[in-house]
Amino acid sequence: MYWICSKSMATQELQINESLAHLKTESESLKTKLEEERAKLHDVELHQVAEKVEGLGQFVMKTRRTLKGHGNKVLCMDWCKDKRRIVSSSQDGKVIVWDAFTTNKEHAVTMPCTWVMACAYAPSGCAVACGGLDNKCSVYPLSLDKNENLAAKKKSVAMHTNYLSACSFTNSDMQILTSSGDGTCALWDVESGQLLQSFHGHAADVLCLDLAPSETGNTFVSGGCDKKANVWDMRSGQCIQSFETHESDINSVRYYPSGDAFASGSDDATCRLYDLRADREVAIYSKESIIFGVSSVDFSLSGRLLFGGYNDYTINVWDVLKGTRVSILFGHENRVSTLRVSPDGTAFCTGSWDHTLRVSSSFSFSLFSVISLSPEVLLTHCVFFFFFFLQIWA
Amino acid sequence: MNKSSFCFQLEAIMVEMQDPKSGVKGSEQKLNVTTIPHVIAGKDIVAWVAEKMKITAEEAQAFSTMLVAYGYIYPLQNHKKLVMCNDDTLYRFQTPYFWPTQKYCAEDTDYAIYLTKRNIRKKGMLEPYEQAHYNHLHDWLNHKWDFIVMQATEQYKAGKERKKADRVVFDCQERAYWIVNRPPVCICHSSNIFYQQAIMRSKVKSSVSLGALVKYITTYKNHDPFLAPCVPSNPWQTDNDTYWTLNMRRVELPTKMRVERWSFSLFELLSDLRGRDDFKIFLKKEFSGENLAFWEAAEELKWGTASSMSSKAESIFKTFLAPGAPRWINIDGRTMGLTVKGLEHPHRYVLEAAQTHVFLLMKKDTFFRYLKSPVYKDIQKKALNPEPHNFSPAQLEANANNRGAGIHPIILWQQEEEEKAKAAAAAAPVDVKTEPMCGYD
Repeated sequence: MYWICSKSMATQELQINESLAHLKTESESLKTKLEEERAKLHDVELHQVAEKVEGLGQFVMKTRRTLKGHGNKVLCMDWCKDKRRIVSSSQDGKVIVWDAFTTNKEHAVTMPCTWVMACAYAPSGCAVACGGLDNKCSVYPLSLDKNENLAAKKKSVAMHTNYLSACSFTNSDMQILTSSGDGTCALWDVESGQLLQSFHGHAADVLCLDLAPSETGNTFVSGGCDKKANVWDMRSGQCIQSFETHESDINSVRYYPSGDAFASGSDDATCRLYDLRADREVAIYSKESIIFGVSSVDFSLSGRLLFGGYNDYTINVWDVLKGTRVSILFGHENRVSTLRVSPDGTAFCTGSWDHTLRVSSSFSFSLFSVISLSPEVLLTHCVFFFFFFLQIWA
Repeated sequence: MNKSSFCFQLEAIMVEMQDPKSGVKGSEQKLNVTTIPHVIAGKDIVAWVAEKMKITAEEAQAFSTMLVAYGYIYPLQNHKKLVMCNDDTLYRFQTPYFWPTQKYCAEDTDYAIYLTKRNIRKKGMLEPYEQAHYNHLHDWLNHKWDFIVMQATEQYKAGKERKKADRVVFDCQERAYWIVNRPPVCICHSSNIFYQQAIMRSKVKSSVSLGALVKYITTYKNHDPFLAPCVPSNPWQTDNDTYWTLNMRRVELPTKMRVERWSFSLFELLSDLRGRDDFKIFLKKEFSGENLAFWEAAEELKWGTASSMSSKAESIFKTFLAPGAPRWINIDGRTMGLTVKGLEHPHRYVLEAAQTHVFLLMKKDTFFRYLKSPVYKDIQKKALNPEPHNFSPAQLEANANNRGAGIHPIILWQQEEEEKAKAAAAAAPVDVKTEPMCGYD
């Protein structure tokens, strides 16, 4: 009897196998067709277009602030819209709000969980959101009263079935977008905690997300451990574009300021640029000497520079158009885990496993001030400049 | 699933939860035609956990979701969604045989037997992801396939001998166990649809899209603090925050750079609230402020709280869309029809079509007229052009010791809210028919 069972099962197996094989071949042929369609429109490379653009020349940066106060690895940070305050979160469960300009700590919250991997500042500047291993995203309204216990007013908004990897407010304080180790992203109503939309499509942990800076503001991009970067429509929950060219986990995604492209940073030690209108990858930012993964990326205000924080403790700055590295910044004593450019582009902040945050900006070198300096200071400046020059050509 | 010591703690709680006297109360439930015993409601579980562990309902719900995610409790209806709902959603306790423990892990052989058994029972019952698993296991466990089929057949026969209710319960338990240990994943079929859509999606030539990227960079080059100096100076470089003070939300006179930026796109102009104010002055002179007002109202609806949507939608309809509305917007008949119909059941994106139409109108026509208007030319002339700072090293040191604290964002926010309330009170809907047809500032 079991032999008859197995024979009829075998036939059925064959049928199902055939239909699945058919699906697979259809999938392969569709994929090829998509590549063909994309290739038809691919009439020029980025570096060819960039030939007509002026080079950047000398490029130096300097660390302006070092914020000390976290007792453990800094995992995430975000800028306030006032261009000077930041919120940061760390492995020991602490979330700190700083005025980075004066380096004053303004608020500190201790989360009930460790590894607070995500934090975000509300657009109004009146609240912060954070979460991590607790699988939740909570919102803490801030207060002018420094003695107030912020944890008392905490509001639990998002709930996932695995760790929270990233969170971001939308255009108002009323909605939060989250991504999680459970493979999904979700949009939540802050006031009620209601799930407004969920986004399924990643086949593994989602590690990062970024909202599109566009007129409509209806899309966002996410990157995950499945090496995919997906672009989503917030209204329908559908994945509208997908890119799979990285060779390892995508740790960070960030939109180009115009919203027509985005950059990604991955454990495969490369940053890549994807053009959304042409629907393809258009640049890879890599060097043989860079072998450690990129943890986070962000663009300068014009989109010409791409800053990347790396696991080898450095920050590499790339010329987005020419594809070359224009600067490297040292200083952190452990891996750089998070990097964001300030809202007006005047500086960028990096957080690191060395427990500190650093704010860095370009190094100004006014000719007038050189002439008015004494010879000793002039000599020191020349040596300093020479040293920086060496770093660029390294 | 990592099995670790917390499993023992969870198991202790599960035992307590099922205590006939002090545990969660269950009841019989009719599921299709069968009566299932010991069914519990999500809200009862959450309440019990909250009481037992002395935590809030939210925390209790999160904790209970973990119990479902690890397979101690399973949902009866939406069996693939492993979360605890704090309502009348039905759950059952998983039998200890299927609890995650350190000794027994979900082996491929057992999964193969389970899938084979389901195949025997009813053909074509496996979901695509299960079918993919099955095919894979068939290849890689092929050497023991006879054994697997034999086991599956035995289990199937044994199952048929049970009473229907017991069989249904056991099937639920087993299915729940495998959902936890072999979670469903997306597969081939949906990605084919995705590829088809991607092929049909309109794409742009690389030269065009890359050209646009370069154009953006060129346009904003002088405004990028990493590429060109800030005037009067970059606060991070000189420790002087005049740059921020000059660029605040409510300044009498903006800087020349800021005014230049408004001309880059309508999006820039509207994103800078100071620019939006200037645009409003222009629109008032043209008697065409309703488009922008509608756009702002639609933004408020889109980004507002879920609870405020119905009232906002109603007010927007009365003010902008109803026949004879005080600030009636002139959009095409089709869009108007769709929007009004959508407002019967308002949702966050109900005004999307109308808002896009209005935005495009402003972008293609009004915006360019603004840039050529006396209002804009006037502000361009009056805009500030601060002298670049030139601090000596001594002055720089003094700056560093005297960094300004600025105004706290919470205070700014409160001020903004007051201004908005004042503006809303002042701009009560004006009846179009009685508005005086004379020029006024």
